[in-house]
Amino acid sequence: MIKNKAKLYWKENIRYVLILMFIWFIVSFGAGIIFKDALNEFKMGGFKLGFWFAQQGSMYVFVILIFVYVHLMNKLDKKYGYDE
Amino acid sequence: MMNSFLVAGIGVQNWTYILVGITFTLYIGIAIWSRAGSTKEFYVAGGGVSPLANGMATAADWMSAASFISMAGIISFSGYDGAVYLMGWTGGYVLLALLLAPYLRKFGKFTVPDFIGDRYYSNAARLVGVICALIVSFTYVAGQMRGVGLVFSRFLEVDINTGVIIGMIIVLFYAVLGGMKGITYTQVAQYCVLIFAFMVPAIFISIQMTGNPIPQLGFGSQLADGSGTYLLDKLDGLSTDLGFAEYTEGSKSLIDIFAITLALMVGTAGLPHVIVRFFTVKRVKDARKSAGIALLLIAILYTTAPAVAVFARTNMIETVSNKPYSTMPEWFKKWETTGLITFTDKNNDGLIQYVANKDKNELVVDNDIMVLANPEIAKLPDWVIALVAAGALAAALSTAAGLLLVISASVSHDLIKKMINPKISDKNELVAARLSAVVAVCVAGYFGINPPGFVAATVALAFGLAAASFFPAIILGIFYKKMNKEGAISGMVIGILSMLFYMTKFKFGWFGGGTQADWWFGISPEGFGTVAMVLNFVVSIVIMKFTPEPPKSVQDLVENIRIPSNAGEATH
Repeated sequence: MIKNKAKLYWKENIRYVLILMFIWFIVSFGAGIIFKDALNEFKMGGFKLGFWFAQQGSMYVFVILIFVYVHLMNKLDKKYGYDE
Repeated sequence: MMNSFLVAGIGVQNWTYILVGITFTLYIGIAIWSRAGSTKEFYVAGGGVSPLANGMATAADWMSAASFISMAGIISFSGYDGAVYLMGWTGGYVLLALLLAPYLRKFGKFTVPDFIGDRYYSNAARLVGVICALIVSFTYVAGQMRGVGLVFSRFLEVDINTGVIIGMIIVLFYAVLGGMKGITYTQVAQYCVLIFAFMVPAIFISIQMTGNPIPQLGFGSQLADGSGTYLLDKLDGLSTDLGFAEYTEGSKSLIDIFAITLALMVGTAGLPHVIVRFFTVKRVKDARKSAGIALLLIAILYTTAPAVAVFARTNMIETVSNKPYSTMPEWFKKWETTGLITFTDKNNDGLIQYVANKDKNELVVDNDIMVLANPEIAKLPDWVIALVAAGALAAALSTAAGLLLVISASVSHDLIKKMINPKISDKNELVAARLSAVVAVCVAGYFGINPPGFVAATVALAFGLAAASFFPAIILGIFYKKMNKEGAISGMVIGILSMLFYMTKFKFGWFGGGTQADWWFGISPEGFGTVAMVLNFVVSIVIMKFTPEPPKSVQDLVENIRIPSNAGEATH
């Protein structure tokens, strides 16, 4: 029973991690590097969009991702009684 | 009278003495207040640091002389390509928060080799961990000491070696006395100093150039001169006129940008002096949260740096390009004496030709100047210029202290306590920790005064090594229960060796050397950490398939670190 609970908790954790890591990859390696040239066709103020993702946007998203993870995990810990 | 003395007559140098004096007194005061009394306080600050304090300390620990002094300058000269550092050195924190910090905190030991040694139930693994930690940290700390010397010599006009020695004494004082506890609280103060020092000139210059007080928005705004031109468009134009690549385009290949960014991210997540900071908080949830706070605080500087890069580059081109050498402002002459700006009038016309073509270019400007001279170039008040000096010192000293702690813990805890003399008393271990910190400071100082030519090259090596060794071993240790010692050790050894091989081949010309044309898959030595990391993963998994499973107790340990509750306190 306890083993099972730990397994379920771990599975949900891994799911969160995979989703967040996917976004992590898309904003940095995707928007900032691979699709940079395509995104540079668009402009946001004085910024070409690909350039902006590489030197600004990806970093903002990184910060948000960690806080989202903190929030999700605090909720998950509560749900499984692992909070303290 | 008094007023005019304070505002005009006091001068950059006196301002620097005042600000550096105040901040150093503060650091020493904190060190005396937070002396370490036990090994636990010395290694992990007693384990009761709040997430906010740990976040600030981590940010100061992380942001080194390279982040503060060099990074904006490097971006300035490489344009878009500079994004590898911005994304690489921040994206690693996402890996830390999601994949490493919570589990290592739950594991609850003092050092990274501790984890490697226990998880892979082998002192051989521990020893590999110690060697990696020492190489990575020494490489890094030499660069910090050099940064301290540079700032002292330029701003206080003392000899660069005297500067290094002053820096050594300060670090020695609070790292040896306070251990992790002293370091943590001085780093909190140093974060405040360095972020204030970085932001004030950036905000001033942003207002000057674009009228927008927020630098992150300013460098995407129109120029303040009412022309309606966007700053970045103007810089793209200036760059192409002089024969450089467009600033927002860069010149590295896509695969290399990809590889370098990933190597820096993974290397960041594998650096022992960063990881060990997460051992100092109370609970697993605090470890997650302080990773978030740390990145937020780091991102304030990291999102400002590319703005500073654009301001400084535009200002510099406009100040020097095709202007007579005789009319150059005072800062130009001052930096010439340090050898960081050199001008050779190749065509004898008395004008400065600053162009991409190497045969015609007459001006060489070192990366490091862009941040340090930026306030002078923009003609900001003296106290702002002095503030930059105090900030640069805070950045260099905080990182140096964190690294010295990793070095001393590796020796006194991992080598002496865990391998040579397990019966050593807590008191004697503390003495050993302090002694190894003293030795480490002296070695670091020696490298600061006599920098080996390869220091700059080896900073990339530090990240590559961390990426190629620690990162896969820790990740597999947490996420792959069946990973055994045979797999992990062979992975780490092959990872490090392949990284060393590639670096020495292409940086120092060993093993037949080679040029850019010979790079494997077009990947530079800086980006090779990515390849070495993949190699480590593959070797670990293949070897594991042919060797015995880890013992039941180790598999239970892995299940235990996955559950956040009852983290308890960090122990031996």
